[in-house]
Amino acid sequence: MIVGDSFTPGTFVDAFRFIADNASLMLDKTGETAELSFAALGVALLLSLPVGLWLGHRHRGLSVALGVATLGRALPIIALIAIFITLFGTIGFWVNMPALVVLAIPPLLTNSYFGVEGVDRDVVEAARGMGLEEPQILSRVELPLGLPLLLAGVRLAAVFVIATATIAGTVGGGGLGEIIANQASYGLSGVLAAALCVSALALLTAFVIGLAQRAASRRMAPRA
Amino acid sequence: MTGFGIVGGGPVIPNFGQGSTCEKNGGWFCTEWVREHWGDTLQPALVQHIELTVIAISVGFAVASLLALVGFRWRFVDPPLGAFSDFLYAIPSLALFQLLVPFTGLTVTTVEIALISYTLFILYRNMIAGLRGVPAETLEVARGMGLTRVQTFFRVELPLAAPVVLGGLRIATVSTISIATVAAFVIPKGLGEPILTGLQESFGTEILAASLLAIFLGLAADGLIALFQRRVTPWSRLT
Repeated sequence: MIVGDSFTPGTFVDAFRFIADNASLMLDKTGETAELSFAALGVALLLSLPVGLWLGHRHRGLSVALGVATLGRALPIIALIAIFITLFGTIGFWVNMPALVVLAIPPLLTNSYFGVEGVDRDVVEAARGMGLEEPQILSRVELPLGLPLLLAGVRLAAVFVIATATIAGTVGGGGLGEIIANQASYGLSGVLAAALCVSALALLTAFVIGLAQRAASRRMAPRA
Repeated sequence: MTGFGIVGGGPVIPNFGQGSTCEKNGGWFCTEWVREHWGDTLQPALVQHIELTVIAISVGFAVASLLALVGFRWRFVDPPLGAFSDFLYAIPSLALFQLLVPFTGLTVTTVEIALISYTLFILYRNMIAGLRGVPAETLEVARGMGLTRVQTFFRVELPLAAPVVLGGLRIATVSTISIATVAAFVIPKGLGEPILTGLQESFGTEILAASLLAIFLGLAADGLIALFQRRVTPWSRLT
């Protein structure tokens, strides 16, 4: 539980000192958070991309895409983790990872859907006229054109999952959340240090995906 | 935490009450429990949850409107606000709650500041997107008809932006209802409280009942605002 502790401007300095003094611990914990987040993101991508891309290609299931998005926002992470703990009767990685997967699916599904769905229909017609098969149209025309929007969804999901993965730490998930939830032993500077590490991990991931996003949209931009 | 009694001065003896057979057998969902504890646990939590959300959304909406007016009028304000909101979303809600505790204590204020900051930027972004999304030709026509800048804003830009703004309100409300469950780490209020209690006592019924309430509350709020959106802005083609 949270304990009140006095916060001074010096706490920020202490937080950086905490990171420096406990470099290997912070690295370990950040690694655990990254592992959990990226595993969840990977599984969510495998589950949602095929569905989203195919529905988008067929221009079907708009209500499915929007409904999943709303449902995903309405699901509280603690509720998900708590329900999974009761269902599986255990705690740790195998409870938290599926919970994060459920949270990551909505942005991935909707963005892959809208990325492909929004491709200019004339372009798709032209490709069909050139004799491309449906799977080829999807992989060579619609996917490259929809990639920037799809990557925007991946970015959103990644930041969301990394920021939320800390809540997993409160129920035996390890990672930086363990420090954040345990102010009694790590002190406020430790909590702040862990929060800084989570934010750094999230922002760094967002930045890298943002680069890919920019490259994808530049590749598809009409050349002068 | 219900179910614990202190026996006069002696050791603390957990009192598990007169649980139904379902509770004693560890059934994963006991409807009897829900019926019995609706009044003393679930309903108050639900009401508190709605209160937390309504305060966060109304204050967030007011502040976001002001910011959006400034950001719309003076474009240079927009990029730093956008960057700040990106940064804010990268901070875990649990950490944000915790970092505020030294300033505002274990109070509703702490929770509200965190909730408002999250809603604020969802709303702000949609407001700016809505206002900027008004086609240039439409504005040209408004000017051609002799409307002043203020008239254009209230009669053209605002009505056309309304569907997008209300769309943002839907997203912000549903997200706030979901994030507000984390508030239970700071104050024993809202639907997060029975979820955490249920976790500590390994009592599935309480977890499930409170979780389902939180999810239904989110979906109901989304539906209500969607209906409102359709009534108020019949010109919107967005669902």
